[in-house]
Amino acid sequence: MRKIYPAPFSKKRRGIKKNKNKKRRGVYLDYAATTPVDPRVIKVMIPYFKEKFGNTVSLHSFGREAKEALEKSREVAADLIKAKPKEIIFTSSATESNNLAIKGAALANQKKGRHIIISPIEHLCVLESAQWLAKQGFKITKLAVDKYGLINLNELKKAISQETILVSIISASNEIGTLQPLQEIGQICRQKGVYFHTDAAQSFGKIPIDVNQMKIDLLTGCSHKIYGPKGAACLFVRDGIKIEPILSGGEHEFGLRAGTINVPAIVGFAEAIKLCQKEMAVEIKRLTKLRDKLISGVLKIKGAHLNGHPTKRLPNNANFWFDFIEGESIVIQLDSFGLAASTGSACSSLKLEPSHVLLAVGLKPQEAHGSLRLTLGRWTTEKDIDYLLKVLPKVVEKLRKISPFK
Amino acid sequence: MNQTGYTKEVMKHFQKPHHYGRLKKYNGLGKVGNVICGDVLWLYINVSKNKKGGEIIKNISYETYGCVAAISTSSVITDLAKGKTINEALNIDKDKVAKALGGLPPLKMHCSLLAIDALSEAIYDYLIKHKKPVPEKLKERHRRIERSKKIIEERYKKWTKKGASTKKE
Repeated sequence: MRKIYPAPFSKKRRGIKKNKNKKRRGVYLDYAATTPVDPRVIKVMIPYFKEKFGNTVSLHSFGREAKEALEKSREVAADLIKAKPKEIIFTSSATESNNLAIKGAALANQKKGRHIIISPIEHLCVLESAQWLAKQGFKITKLAVDKYGLINLNELKKAISQETILVSIISASNEIGTLQPLQEIGQICRQKGVYFHTDAAQSFGKIPIDVNQMKIDLLTGCSHKIYGPKGAACLFVRDGIKIEPILSGGEHEFGLRAGTINVPAIVGFAEAIKLCQKEMAVEIKRLTKLRDKLISGVLKIKGAHLNGHPTKRLPNNANFWFDFIEGESIVIQLDSFGLAASTGSACSSLKLEPSHVLLAVGLKPQEAHGSLRLTLGRWTTEKDIDYLLKVLPKVVEKLRKISPFK
Repeated sequence: MNQTGYTKEVMKHFQKPHHYGRLKKYNGLGKVGNVICGDVLWLYINVSKNKKGGEIIKNISYETYGCVAAISTSSVITDLAKGKTINEALNIDKDKVAKALGGLPPLKMHCSLLAIDALSEAIYDYLIKHKKPVPEKLKERHRRIERSKKIIEERYKKWTKKGASTKKE
């Protein structure tokens, strides 16, 4: 059933010439940064750039057509997480959804209290949103995480006070892939009467999520991590929960997100969700097997260590650190062999500081500097893993030869 | 520049670094950088007399822990300094290093300074060990490097205290 289409980034499509030193090109192991758009998704998007270009708020047939597509997409997104369609708001990015959830919920509920709880391994957009609220006088508590990146449920219980209005915990770490116990967190938050937001940018469409069973009140989902286009994301806002819009303007998206609806992107996002939902069970099994092969293969390299939890992790995520060598050098070396990997999250690769996530799980800076994230996806094959396992030990050895530490 | 912001020249040095590893015979060693910051450069020099009796850097090598820029600046500094007299070597500045690499991304400019620092520390080490006069300028540079080492150690005390050196030196 799977692999109906060739990888959109295969060497032929990328137009990369064969180089005698570089035997293979285009092995993409950075699916957590972004994914190619599935050709099946592109196909359903095209009409919405051309004949179905209407604005969802227009009264004529063009507008109605666009509006209908938007509402159908809303149903699809809602169905994935067992929500109601009216609980889904489309936005432009997971960053926007997280901003809207955290700032929006905080501002709308500040009469109840001004305390927010987050984890130290949130994505930067959550950390910075919390930081912004701190400047407005909100109190922010950052829970500790253990060496796997898991929060402590008892500590969460203790941290919730009369003043607490919102708990925001990342569903699956974008760097180390650790899966938090969403259901238990949801249970605690519901009992204590505080809202629970989870940034599910990395897990939405990849693993089963049920917002009712898990008692999630706000949830961020993202399109370009699941083979949909960039420029679309969503926020689930449980019926009855008040949030303040952060963009002022028209009455789009139930008055919570002003701005002309990006219909082609949202239609694409919905199609991507459908495909993920249909293929999820098979894909989880397949990727978990590949991931475990990758992990056990890499750990055979001397001085290689796994970051994150051995089993409580995204099926497509592997993250390591290596003694005596530095991550960027590994990534650029792998790149010259046609292997695309990442040091940590894509967003922080422009910074020099080691990852805040790896420091939070207790790594020393010099250990965090040596990290390598490999994330798998729809077009990853066993051959790709074999190729990586052939190349990586050579790269590590080469860099260690140069390193003063041995 | 390619997508990583590195020039072709930088990539050449990174892919095929020159003069890496420890010299079998050396009489000057400069150690700069800090693992906590992600860059460490050890530079080895072997100074000996040339035919005219002047002292030149006959042999040079390095060992580097760090990013692409750190490795390529290490490699290029050995090219620039090899065969030079001590005075000539001391006159290599960070702009020369960056220029030899066709430029560095702004975020990585400090790597060129690291390379220069390592070279002057190696020369300082040689002069002190051999009880030779140290130029005032070099003394000043040595003091600056020592100062910044202390500042960094102070800043990252939290980690160094915990015994940050899991890496055996």
